[in-house]
Amino acid sequence: LALKDGLHSQVSAALKEGRVAPTELCQRCLALIKSTKFLNAYITVAEETALRQAEESEERYKRGQPLGILDGIPIAVKDNFNTAGIETTCASNMLKGYISPYNATVVQKLLDQGAVLLGKTNLDEFAMGSGSTDGVFGPVRNPWSYSKQYKEKSAPKSHSENKESNWVITGGSSGGSAAAVSSFTCFAALGSDTGGSTRNPAAHCGVVGLKPTYGLISRHGLIPLVNSMDVPGILTRCVDDAAVLLGSLAGHDPKDSTTIQDDFRPFELPNLTDVSKLSIGIPKEYHAPGLSSEILSLWSKAADLFKKAGAKVVEVSLPHTRYSIVCYHVLCTAEVASNMARFDGLEYGHRSDMKESTESMYAATRREGFNDVVRGRILSGNYFLLKQNYEKYFVKAQKVRRLIANDFVKVFSSGIDILLTPTTLSDAAPYTEFIQEDNRTRSAQDDILTQAANMAGLPAINVPTALSERGLPVGLQFIGRSFQEKQLLTVAKWFEKQVKFPMIQLEEVKRHDNGVFQHQKSASFS
Amino acid sequence: QKVSVEVLERLEHLALVDFRDSEGVERLHKAIQFADQLHEVNTDGVEPMDSVLEDRWCLYLREDDVTEGNCTKELLKNAREKVEEYFVAPPGNIPLPKLEERGTFLQGS
Repeated sequence: LALKDGLHSQVSAALKEGRVAPTELCQRCLALIKSTKFLNAYITVAEETALRQAEESEERYKRGQPLGILDGIPIAVKDNFNTAGIETTCASNMLKGYISPYNATVVQKLLDQGAVLLGKTNLDEFAMGSGSTDGVFGPVRNPWSYSKQYKEKSAPKSHSENKESNWVITGGSSGGSAAAVSSFTCFAALGSDTGGSTRNPAAHCGVVGLKPTYGLISRHGLIPLVNSMDVPGILTRCVDDAAVLLGSLAGHDPKDSTTIQDDFRPFELPNLTDVSKLSIGIPKEYHAPGLSSEILSLWSKAADLFKKAGAKVVEVSLPHTRYSIVCYHVLCTAEVASNMARFDGLEYGHRSDMKESTESMYAATRREGFNDVVRGRILSGNYFLLKQNYEKYFVKAQKVRRLIANDFVKVFSSGIDILLTPTTLSDAAPYTEFIQEDNRTRSAQDDILTQAANMAGLPAINVPTALSERGLPVGLQFIGRSFQEKQLLTVAKWFEKQVKFPMIQLEEVKRHDNGVFQHQKSASFS
Repeated sequence: QKVSVEVLERLEHLALVDFRDSEGVERLHKAIQFADQLHEVNTDGVEPMDSVLEDRWCLYLREDDVTEGNCTKELLKNAREKVEEYFVAPPGNIPLPKLEERGTFLQGS
């Protein structure tokens, strides 16, 4: 068994048949995390508890009583989900040292099914950003920066300019989770998605990133950014694995009143062979300014792929697309202003030494605890919520939100099943280039293709499609109807099969897999 | 169109976050400029949308029954200053010092 193997297709069977033990799997992942530390994907590695969980899993397998397909599977969780007994920082000074007293519902569900929690992954501070570069623990490096594919395409550099200087970003804000999955240190990871934070890094890191329908998966325990748009996101190496995770996480949670009460039944994805009954919509507004010609061409090729296979491919219009970023900007900052008010130093988190008065203690705590991005959004949000601005900005944005959501309703009720769009404007930028622009500008640019799905609450998924000329991953996005994840994932799986996205060739991983299983013939890796 | 110092000060007070420097204020101006694009959209007759789930009536009130609790010890663990089962705060009812006394960046505006 190799760490690159699919959960659904190979690993679960291997565990059940005793070909690999949970403790062994856990140890290999932990070792790989150590040797890929330079990626900075993990903030906390919960080595002891993970090994204990793996031992307990092993006992269950020995008794022939595994809890399910996730029993013994190593996973990682973005550091904005509460995890009992494990530090949860949101990559902010405000929560450094904060040990959660409880598990987020999604974390609890994973643990209840025997998953092994390896650790908490890195992100932009409080999930605000599109690069995973603005957290207090430093930026996350895209594993593809160290891939054979990228190195081959890089112009030969002089001896002084080593690989240290041209590494590329993961995208964000769930960059740590995407990097963790991409570098094989875990089989799946949880992210969050408010404006594209799961799909964007998934595209840049060459992994599957699923944003479920708003209301399908519980947000209880996910430290909130925008209550009306946040969802837990799922990152895996293949679509089948995403379906497995979805099956174990979806469903009503009495602790989150924004989860729908309908029964959710986990599903197996059919192997679609006939797409002739499918109607794919290509929204013309997603040919956004700044879209690279490479991605435009890939998008076009994908549309042709569906056409040749017999599907109906139609150009559609979502006329308010270009306002979704502006609308998001207002609604997000407004909700952030409200959500960040809880951080005052009294009950948890950082507390300033200032003792003069409650208010001055709060102000000092927040000055010390939040970075400029967070503070900027809080101040902007408060501005839009001022009595004299409320109608003009906040309510106005809510009206525009309805127009955006209605655009999708119109298109989906005209016979379109799925929308196909690019996920990002280009492949991953080098870090040194990315940080030239400020966070707000970057977020506004990078979220343009992913944000509207959050506005409308629709499910969307990034599927890794091909490598760019620079040898970096490029993904395409499918957007589906509300709560129609099965259809969305079925189409995504068909597409994934057609494009055969190449596996990342990483020295570190090769060394690990070959070293541990010398006697086993590993599937073609390089 | 600049935001007045009074409003800036009010924002600092409401948010309990300060602008820190001219960059912070500039950031706000840019944010407002960006948001002003919203006014290009015609929203006559359009109702504001609070939640994408508005058709599903999923926001409900549950029965007022105690279902969990008794976790005082756990919750107090994360607080820095506490006495018995109380969180301890510095004295309240003391407003933030006036602009002139605060030595905040806005004084220079």
